[in-house]
Amino acid sequence: MVPLSWYLIVAAGLFCLGLYGVLSRKNMVAILMSVELMLNAININLIAFWRYQDPARIVGQAFAIMVFAVSAAEVAVGLALVISLYRRRKIVIAENVDLMKW
Amino acid sequence: MDFLSDPILFLANWLTGLMQGWGWADSFINVVVTFLGVFLVANFGMLYVIFLIWLERKLAARIQDRLGPNRAGPYGLFQTIADILKLFTKEDTTPAGADKLIFNIAPVLSVFSVLLIWAVVPFAQQWIGTDLNVAVLYIVAVGSIGIVATLIAGWSSNNKFAMLGAFRTVAQLVSYEVPMVLSLLVPVLLARNMGLNAIVEAQSNWISIFFWMAPIAALIFFISSIAEVGRTPFDLLEAESEIVAGFHIEYSGAKFAMIFAAEFLHAFTISVLTITLFFGGWQGWGDANPIVGWVWFMIKSMTAYFAVVWIRSTLPRIRIDHMLNYNWKFLTPISLAVLIVTAVLDRVIFDVFDPGAVTFAYVRSGILFAANLIIAWITVALLRRQWSQRPARVPVGQPRPVARPPEVSAEAQSTVS
Amino acid sequence: MTPVQVLFIISSLALLGLGFMVVTTRNLVRAALYLIGTLFSVAVVFVLLEASFLAVVQVVVYIGAIAILFIFAVMLTRRVMQDTGSQTNSNWPWAALVALLLFGGLTYILTSWSGSSAEAPALSSQSDMVTELGKALVNPDAYILPFEVASILLLAALIGAVVVAWDRD
Repeated sequence: MVPLSWYLIVAAGLFCLGLYGVLSRKNMVAILMSVELMLNAININLIAFWRYQDPARIVGQAFAIMVFAVSAAEVAVGLALVISLYRRRKIVIAENVDLMKW
Repeated sequence: MDFLSDPILFLANWLTGLMQGWGWADSFINVVVTFLGVFLVANFGMLYVIFLIWLERKLAARIQDRLGPNRAGPYGLFQTIADILKLFTKEDTTPAGADKLIFNIAPVLSVFSVLLIWAVVPFAQQWIGTDLNVAVLYIVAVGSIGIVATLIAGWSSNNKFAMLGAFRTVAQLVSYEVPMVLSLLVPVLLARNMGLNAIVEAQSNWISIFFWMAPIAALIFFISSIAEVGRTPFDLLEAESEIVAGFHIEYSGAKFAMIFAAEFLHAFTISVLTITLFFGGWQGWGDANPIVGWVWFMIKSMTAYFAVVWIRSTLPRIRIDHMLNYNWKFLTPISLAVLIVTAVLDRVIFDVFDPGAVTFAYVRSGILFAANLIIAWITVALLRRQWSQRPARVPVGQPRPVARPPEVSAEAQSTVS
Repeated sequence: MTPVQVLFIISSLALLGLGFMVVTTRNLVRAALYLIGTLFSVAVVFVLLEASFLAVVQVVVYIGAIAILFIFAVMLTRRVMQDTGSQTNSNWPWAALVALLLFGGLTYILTSWSGSSAEAPALSSQSDMVTELGKALVNPDAYILPFEVASILLLAALIGAVVVAWDRD
């Protein structure tokens, strides 16, 4: 049997990779991809705790499904924003989105 | 346990006994036997394609009043083998500027996505790769890998026609997944289970096959599956007259053979899924022997495959805006209506009538069939109203014949003769 | 070393390796493909955790919808095939430092936490779990409110995406 801590460490690693991507990437699509990695790390955590704590209470699985819904919504709106920005101002680099900057 | 009652299980038991005699560990033997089973199913699929391609060419030729392959072997049976040899000896080209890794991985993924479906298909009573409890969802998941394969094949070729094919792929396959999934849910509702074997077992009687309870869902599933395979009339992703060959324009040799084989195998797989979900799979008359079940399975699925070939060789390609309108304005609303009506009505039937009664299956099928007929009638009425209110066509010009034979007068004719 | 552990190590190595490629590779379509690989390995991890329903949903939602959206967005937002130049901004060393520190801290906490060596309790049959999950999602005493909120969120995202990406000019 795999110990719980292995799952948690893998999830932590995936989360930190996603964090690095979000902080260091220039391209907005790539930033959204990194956010997906972070959400997946959270899902692994939710399922691992569901499995190892109390499988009869399905709170972990239920919230993993909420995370699926939220990430699908986030990607749909985020990519729509990226495409809209590209159409109007030919921008895909996050730093160049500076209309609201002061 | 003798050979004829269940050959596969007999062979598996014999092999397990043999390896236990060699002193191997039980878990290792399990892995070996499982691998042999996977090998058997996958190779049955890939070898069956050889026959399917010949059959399809022959059938299409007969439907279109041609002869079809008739040179290599009796009735041209070895034509496909010759074609395979030709394809494998061809030069394996990679276009300049292509993304090599993605370009090479795309055909593998497309075969992979079709063969993975076969892991959950029940061929006979006990002949099933794995009786997954979420098999219907699994089929949808695996189909999405096929979409990715087509998309990246088109993108990585560095060719504008391939790219257009990939864009069409997304427009078509992703849209047609919606009515396909909605109509897949109807058998799941009726069987109250997502496992394919449980769905087949729920259709134990000729009257209780799900086609009687959900004929519209069966038709929608069949149509949208044909669109998922990308065959005529939905072959817009590889329309030869518009975008040369679509997403697989740059593929040659063995890689093209893989895409080609995946398409034919997918066409057979959708007929298998249709008969499994709506026509009772391996259920049929005769004793409960896996061989009898397998024969029924093959008869039914080959009939469905004949329908696929028939449609392919009869209908012309539809236009891309018609294709999308047909999906979003016709198939999706109907499948939603069918899903809701079936869900409510089936629940009411189970509450009102006694599920233990002998006539229950007749009552259930009859009421659901009638409900489907009413939905079909309403649809036809709505379509007629829409058709009568269509905007009048504005003629933009009169047709003019391009060439006309010169009018020769009677005396001129007489002088010539 | 049991077979499950071997499978876990293989899939988690694939997961972390592909995830690393997602955040470092320059070619964005490749990054999307590595993302598909990562999501698939996450599905394998779900299978190892005996959550087969969620594993399949992961493949349907992430690979079937989200990854295709990503590939499409990458294709739509550029003109040339290859991405040239650096894909990272100027403060990437700080980002790497923060990520490494966070990972180190989390690993330290997890290894010193006593509950992390807990044994998994036995699971009742798989189909029961799917039934239970389905019932809980529509049970007024359980998760019907988050479920409805999630569906409204999806509807809002659907309409919002159409409105935002609509080319009005």
